[in-house]
Amino acid sequence: MSVDKTTVAKIARLARIAVPDERQGPLADELNAILDWIAELDEVKTDHVEPLASVTGHALPMRDDVVNDGGCVDDVLANAPESASGFFVVPKVVE
Amino acid sequence: MSDLLSLSAVEARAALDNKDISAVELTTAYLAAADETASLNNYVARTADQALTMAAESDKRIADGTAGLLEGVPIGVKDLFCTKGVASTACSRILDGFVPRYESTVTANLWAAGGVMLGKLNCDEFAMGSANETSAFGAAINPWQGPDKLDLVPGGSSGGSASAVAARSALMATGTDTGGSIRQPAAFCGVVGLKPTYGRCSRWGIVAFASSLDQAGPFTRTVADNALMMTAMASHDPKDSTSSAVPLQDLAAAVTAGVKGMKIGVPKEYVMDGMDSEVTALWQQGQAWLQAAGAELVEVSLPHTKYALPAYYIIAPAEASSNLARYDGVRYGSRVEADSLDGMYEATRAAGFGDEVQRRIMIGTYVLSAGYYDAYYLKAQKVRRLIKNDFDSVFETVDALITPATPTAAFPVGRKIDDPVTNFLNDVFTVPANLAGLPGMSVPAGLTKDGLPLGLQIVGKAFDEASLYRVGGVIEAAANFTTTPARMAGGAS
Repeated sequence: MSVDKTTVAKIARLARIAVPDERQGPLADELNAILDWIAELDEVKTDHVEPLASVTGHALPMRDDVVNDGGCVDDVLANAPESASGFFVVPKVVE
Repeated sequence: MSDLLSLSAVEARAALDNKDISAVELTTAYLAAADETASLNNYVARTADQALTMAAESDKRIADGTAGLLEGVPIGVKDLFCTKGVASTACSRILDGFVPRYESTVTANLWAAGGVMLGKLNCDEFAMGSANETSAFGAAINPWQGPDKLDLVPGGSSGGSASAVAARSALMATGTDTGGSIRQPAAFCGVVGLKPTYGRCSRWGIVAFASSLDQAGPFTRTVADNALMMTAMASHDPKDSTSSAVPLQDLAAAVTAGVKGMKIGVPKEYVMDGMDSEVTALWQQGQAWLQAAGAELVEVSLPHTKYALPAYYIIAPAEASSNLARYDGVRYGSRVEADSLDGMYEATRAAGFGDEVQRRIMIGTYVLSAGYYDAYYLKAQKVRRLIKNDFDSVFETVDALITPATPTAAFPVGRKIDDPVTNFLNDVFTVPANLAGLPGMSVPAGLTKDGLPLGLQIVGKAFDEASLYRVGGVIEAAANFTTTPARMAGGAS
C-alpha cells in the first residue's frame, strides 16, 4: 500500500490541514517511508488475537448521572479567539 | 549559591526543616541559575514572582510545622501541563496565547505538597519528538558537551525538563512519557527519570498526545529524590477515568532496600544491530552490579520486541489525530481567518502545527480511514496484545528487567535526518513499556569515552514501582555517577 499525491490531498482534507500543492509530493514520500517500515507488522501472525485498546486492567468507573460542573461561561470563553454574547463566533455556516 | 544548588531535594528538605536555609533563598538561587543557563533554552516561561510568593508561603508553613512532602522545593513544569493563569502551549504555535483557567491534577498535587513553581519547560511540539527539536520555541540544549563542544540535544520530548534538572536550574521537573519521552532525555542528560505504571498519575489537565500511552512522571538528580517526587505526584483522580486506585508503595523505603534475592531479567531481543559497543558494555556492567548486590540475573525472551516500534507508530499517531482534532481555531489558541468554517480550520491547523505534528496527524488519519483501519490500526492493536503477553509471561518468573535506556548517547542539535524513521529508533528500548502500560526508570550509569552520560533502564510489573526504586538505588550506588555537565549553573566551566 503506498500513497500518492491524490491520497495525500484526501488525507489532508480529512485532517483539515491545508497542504499546498508543492508539499503534497514530498509529503507522500515521507508518509510512504513510514508506511513501508510499518508494513513489517505483516510478518506477525495475529489470527485469533484480541486487539488491545486499554491497559488499565479496570472497568471504566461509573458515577451518578447528575450535573456536577458548569456555570462557568466566562472561563469557557476566556481563551476563544472570538466570542460574543456568551457564544463562540465562527465564520458563517448557513447561507 | 552553588552550595544551595548542589543539594539534592532530600537534603534541601532537611536543611529547610532545620532552618539552615530558607525556601526563598533556595528559590532565589534557582531563579538565578535559570538566568545563568538561559542559553540552554530549557525554560519557555519563567514565573519568578509566583515562585517567590510560593517560597515565602513555604517558609511560613515550615515555621508553623505544617510543611508538606515537597515544601520549598523548586520545580520546573513541562509545558504540556496546564497551569492556571500561566500560558500553556505544548510548545506549539496553535496554542499561542492559551492561558488555562484550571490546574492539572499532577501540578496541583505538587503545589499542595509545598512545591514551588519556577516556570514552564521546553519540549517537543505536542510531545512529538525525541530531540526537543520540534518545539515552536526552538531546540532546548543539553548541558553536557563532548570534546568538540558542539551543542547536543537533551533528548525528547521532555528535553527542557531533563536539561534543566541536569543544569541545576530546577531541582525537580515534571515530564510526560508516551514512547520514552521521560526515560530517553533522562539518559541523554544524566538524570533519573521515571515513567510510572499507566494510571498512576492523573492525565487530567495534561495536553493529550496518545491517551492510551501518555503518563506523567518525575525528573530528578537522585533516585531518592525521584521517589519523593513520585510520591507527591501520584494520586487516584476521578477526573481521569483511567486513573488507578491501587495504593502507591513506600517508594522512599525501596530506594535503600537492596536487590538481594530479586530475580532480574535480561531480554535477549534488546541486543540490537548498530548499538554502540559502549552501551552494550554498560548494560553488562549493570548486570554485574546487580549480581554483586545479591540479585539473580536471568536471560529472558520478549519475542515481539522488534514489532513494538512500528505498532507504536500506528497507535500513537492514530490517537494523536483524534486528540488534536480539538485545535480548530474556535475555542482556544490561534486562528487564521478564512471565508468558510472549513477554510478557517484548514488554514489555522496548517499555520499552527509544525511539520512533525502535521506528518503524524496525517499518518494517524490515514491508518484510521475507511479501508485501512483493519490493516493498520486493528493489526497494531493485536500486536500490542502480543507485546503485553510477552511481558506478562516474563514477569511470572522475574521481578524486573534491565535494559539499555537508549541505543546511543546524545547527538548534535540539527543532525540532518532525511528518513523520519531513523529518529524513531531513539525510542526502541522505551516504547514497549508504554504499549504494555508498565513502569520504566532510566538511571544514569556511566559515561561514553567522549564523556557523555548513558543510562540503564529498569522495567517492572504494573503498579510495582518499588522494585524499580530498589534496582535503581543499587545501580546509582554502584555507578557512583558524580560527573557534572560542562554547562551547569554554578559550575566550574
